[in-house]
Amino acid sequence: MASVPAVLTSEWTKIRSVSSTTWTLISAFAVTVVMGAALAALLNAQFDDLSEAEQATFDPTFVSFSGTILGQLAMVVFGVLVVGTEYSSGMIRTSLAAVPQRATFLLSKITVAGALALFVGLLTSFVSFFLGQAMLGDRGTDLGAENVLRAVVGGGLYMGLIAIFSMGVAAMLRSSMLSLGILMPFFFLVSQILAAVPGAKSVARYFPDQAGSKIMQVVPDAMNSDPAPYGPWAGLGIMVLWVLAAVLGGFLVLKNRDA
Amino acid sequence: MIELEGLTKRFGSKIAVDHLSCQVRPGIVTGFLGPNGAGKSTTMRMMLDLDNPTSGTVRIDGKHYRELQEPLKYIGALLDAKAMHGGRSAYNNLLCLAQSNRIPSSRVDEVLDMVGLSAVAKKKSKGFSLGMGQRLGIASALLGDPEILMFDEPVNGLDPEGIHWIRNLMKALASEGRTIFVSSHLMSEMALTADHLIVIGQGKLLADTSMADFIQENSRSYARLRSPQQERLRDVLHQEGFTVVETAGGVLEIDGATTEELGELAARHQLVLHELSSQRASLEEAFMQMTAGSVEYHAHSERDPAAEPPVVGAGWGESWNKPEGTDRTDGKGA
Repeated sequence: MASVPAVLTSEWTKIRSVSSTTWTLISAFAVTVVMGAALAALLNAQFDDLSEAEQATFDPTFVSFSGTILGQLAMVVFGVLVVGTEYSSGMIRTSLAAVPQRATFLLSKITVAGALALFVGLLTSFVSFFLGQAMLGDRGTDLGAENVLRAVVGGGLYMGLIAIFSMGVAAMLRSSMLSLGILMPFFFLVSQILAAVPGAKSVARYFPDQAGSKIMQVVPDAMNSDPAPYGPWAGLGIMVLWVLAAVLGGFLVLKNRDA
Repeated sequence: MIELEGLTKRFGSKIAVDHLSCQVRPGIVTGFLGPNGAGKSTTMRMMLDLDNPTSGTVRIDGKHYRELQEPLKYIGALLDAKAMHGGRSAYNNLLCLAQSNRIPSSRVDEVLDMVGLSAVAKKKSKGFSLGMGQRLGIASALLGDPEILMFDEPVNGLDPEGIHWIRNLMKALASEGRTIFVSSHLMSEMALTADHLIVIGQGKLLADTSMADFIQENSRSYARLRSPQQERLRDVLHQEGFTVVETAGGVLEIDGATTEELGELAARHQLVLHELSSQRASLEEAFMQMTAGSVEYHAHSERDPAAEPPVVGAGWGESWNKPEGTDRTDGKGA
């Protein structure tokens, strides 16, 4: 078997030596933080215009994560590119000739890229939270309040898991363009729209992003959102199952198909 | 030593490689020859465990590729020149490969120097020309200082200087006792570099022979005769038991005779000769003969020059009309 630390080092070199890593992760951070702060400021200013139900379930923590909906797309791009460029560049053949053990290769890649995405996700999450609370002023909360730390850490985990899910999908589809063409509209439009359609709601709430984002809510059914039949951790668990399925699918494709 | 055993690859109903069994022996340059689409690249990908064979196996020193500890230290391969990430510098492309096989990073500088890319080591590889890409690919093959090197059509698309460089590099590597397996569709290229030949056509083994034997067997040597007393000369030759073929312009071609014999024979019978020379058909012709039946993509013409025997005397070339798949295997080149 190939030496795992050696393959991890190699994958780290691959990630740090391409510019797409920097710009996707910076975008994920900046978009999430800026949009979260802007929406927090906006909601704070227009608090009185909110419906009664929304005021009753006002969740300052969740509000500060409003940017996630856009910022996660940059995480999707990061995850897809980490795996997809191996295929689009033809590097995959060189890589597999160097590390023919498919599991070692794919898991090392996902471990390194996933750890980086989790780190950036957590950083993004904490900065979003503090900046959002600053914008909310008196309506804000703090890390010491009940369940707030869980939601903030959860927000970071969510970002990391979205990236890992995208890596699995890209490994299954073996193409950056195809993966982005499916994942971007899915997370940005399809999932959001279906979650708002009465009939499709009950299915859409089990989608990875819908289930996983529950972890970011401190107030149950925050901002008058749909009540879910699962709690925050169970929601994240559902997302983890999606991620595991995607990575397993990616591994099976890598193992069985010709490179 | 690389052993291929009944290696078969099907793409749907099409057989790309058909029960290929042969060995790549250590310490020599083995040429892997076949027309375009013969299955050379597919075979090489299966050797590196990139493509899964439909059936059959490949063993490298008795092991499957997937069982190799740090494969770059056993086998270095150049499959296609552009199999690198264009957004990464030449140095980093090699560094990540080196790290995965625990090869010291100082070796990256060494191989870059060896292929003459030191000056552009920090440049992104997407800006590289075909020749530079080829050099980078060769650098990656040399990284682990492997005993076995595989090159898939290394001279394709290179300028004469690049071709010359690769040819010399292969010779130098072979002289260090390494095993070299190089594919090509050009016989003339192989004649210059290979010690041993494996020829395939439509995925089937057509020949597995030493280069010397191949030359001996396939470069038809014959004597060419011209005489004003052609009728008499022909009678004399017939009496002596030579097979004579008459070609355009009253030229006689005699297989299996030396010019000495023929000259003395003519002198004994007091015949005037205007020409007496020994001729050799080229290896390229022999190769085209061999693979004529298995060229997949013929040029669009009724009379295909590749399928036509270029200069063939009666009796010669018959050995190639044997049913397809007849192995011409001999171990003399071992």
